[in-house]
Amino acid sequence: MKAPAFSYVRAESVEHALELLSRHGNAAKILSGGQSLLPALNLRLAAPAVLIDIGRLDELRGIKLRDDVVTIGALTRHADLLTSEEISASLPLLRKAAAHVAHPAIRNRGTIGGNLAHADPASEFPACMLALDARMVIRGEGGERRVNARDFFRGIYETALEPHELLAAIEVPRPQPGSRTYFHEFVRRSGDYAMTGLAALAHVDGAQLGDLRLSYFAISDRPHLARATSHLVGVEITAERIAEAQAELDAELDPPDDQQASAAMRRHFARLLLFRCVADVLGRPELAMEAVR
Amino acid sequence: MTTTRIALTVNGESVSADVPARLNLADFVRDQLGLTGTHVGCEHGVCGACTLRVDGEIVRSCLTLVVQADGCAVETIEGLSDSGEIADLQAAFRERNALQCGYCTPGMLMTAQDLLRKCANPERTEIREHLSGNYCRCTGYHAIVDAVERTAKARQRRS
Ligand SMILES: Cc1cc2nc3c(=O)[nH]c(=O)nc-3n(C[C@H](O)[C@H](O)[C@H](O)COP(=O)(O)OP(=O)(O)OC[C@H]3O[C@@H](n4cnc5c(N)ncnc54)[C@H](O)[C@@H]3O)c2cc1C
Ligand code: FES
Ligand code: FES
Repeated sequence: MKAPAFSYVRAESVEHALELLSRHGNAAKILSGGQSLLPALNLRLAAPAVLIDIGRLDELRGIKLRDDVVTIGALTRHADLLTSEEISASLPLLRKAAAHVAHPAIRNRGTIGGNLAHADPASEFPACMLALDARMVIRGEGGERRVNARDFFRGIYETALEPHELLAAIEVPRPQPGSRTYFHEFVRRSGDYAMTGLAALAHVDGAQLGDLRLSYFAISDRPHLARATSHLVGVEITAERIAEAQAELDAELDPPDDQQASAAMRRHFARLLLFRCVADVLGRPELAMEAVR
Repeated sequence: MTTTRIALTVNGESVSADVPARLNLADFVRDQLGLTGTHVGCEHGVCGACTLRVDGEIVRSCLTLVVQADGCAVETIEGLSDSGEIADLQAAFRERNALQCGYCTPGMLMTAQDLLRKCANPERTEIREHLSGNYCRCTGYHAIVDAVERTAKARQRRS
């Protein structure tokens, strides 16, 4: 289908965009890469009166490394995350995830800010931001505020952003040296939204896990940080420990049943991802074999 | 309806037009410029039939507003075809029967050429991965992957 009619303004600066947002209120929508908004318009699932195009605001673009924080401008594209040496070196989890987000032509336009603001529960980056304990830098006419990833995602397509606010950047703490990351998703076709996936950050302490953040996506109305990891941190990891954690994980999840996957299938994927991740970050493939048995 | 004045180049030629904001780049090149080689399948980014190049990078033209392409260099399948840039790839598609109805072909050629420009010697899995966003309902993909692989090898021999 074709998009309904709307008017279009190209923002000249962040201040200009914020002023336009306040003026038009709920009737306006921000346009970044358009890779989620334009499908919604073409399918007539959304009908904003005004689009405010922030796509040319260079001040919102780019990746900066400072001390222990990586700041990623909202307009940084998926394709940039995939090719950035800074990201490969400091946040390999994001690089791994970016390869699974849509297809090359879409990654050339889609932006991290638009992706996080869109907050699709099956989306990879929100889960990565939760695993990495990132902070969203939000701007409104009144100034700037920061919201942690765990408080930012509020539900299906719902975030802590107010209608008059803009996501300007994401601040990601650099994982400690020696941290390991794991990323995997189950999809029907490469580049599709996942049926279930996992983005994880682990700190390995000798043969044990010093810390483990398992952030699941496409399993709930928002990314889910597993509590079951308490069974795995600071203990000797055996097949029994993993089985306990899997049982606990199963109890804390309440996955949706939809045309993508049944709830039972999602639970199965979540359990699989747990032991594969632990076996991978510890470099102990035999754990995965034992867990299957 | 309010319109916006835009100026861009299409296949190297300057074009300016007054366009409504909601007009996407696919409909613009097809309906206003008569460049119907760019196909429209799903209109929500899933099929890849509308793939073209903006400032040297492939994009979905159904998910790009013409107003967003203001000032940009747009290249369509007609441009790549007329310049001879993909003559060998097109020949390989024909020889290997990598097209049947041809609906997906312009998007496939655009996307395959994008890969070959970035990677001279792609593995078959890389070819499949790069083409993963392009649907073909006829060929079963195998012949398309063959044609892209052959073209890569032939270009390597020539260089
Ligand atoms: C075929 C297809 C497959 C896809 N597959 C995946 C996938 O596997 N995984 C995945 O994660 N995504 C996928 N996507 C979505 C893609 O990643 C989008 O690029 C991304 O979700 C949105 O980024 P954007 O810059 O295009 O945002 P836009 O489409 O421009 O905007 C999206 C929403 O966010 C708002 N917004 C945008 N920027 C800001 C900002 N800075 N501040 C506040 N609000 C803002 C907009 O108003 C709009 O509501 C897919 C898309 C397509 C078409
Ligand atoms: S028509 Fe654009 S991707 Fe299908
Ligand atoms: S040749 Fe018919 S869709 Fe590909």
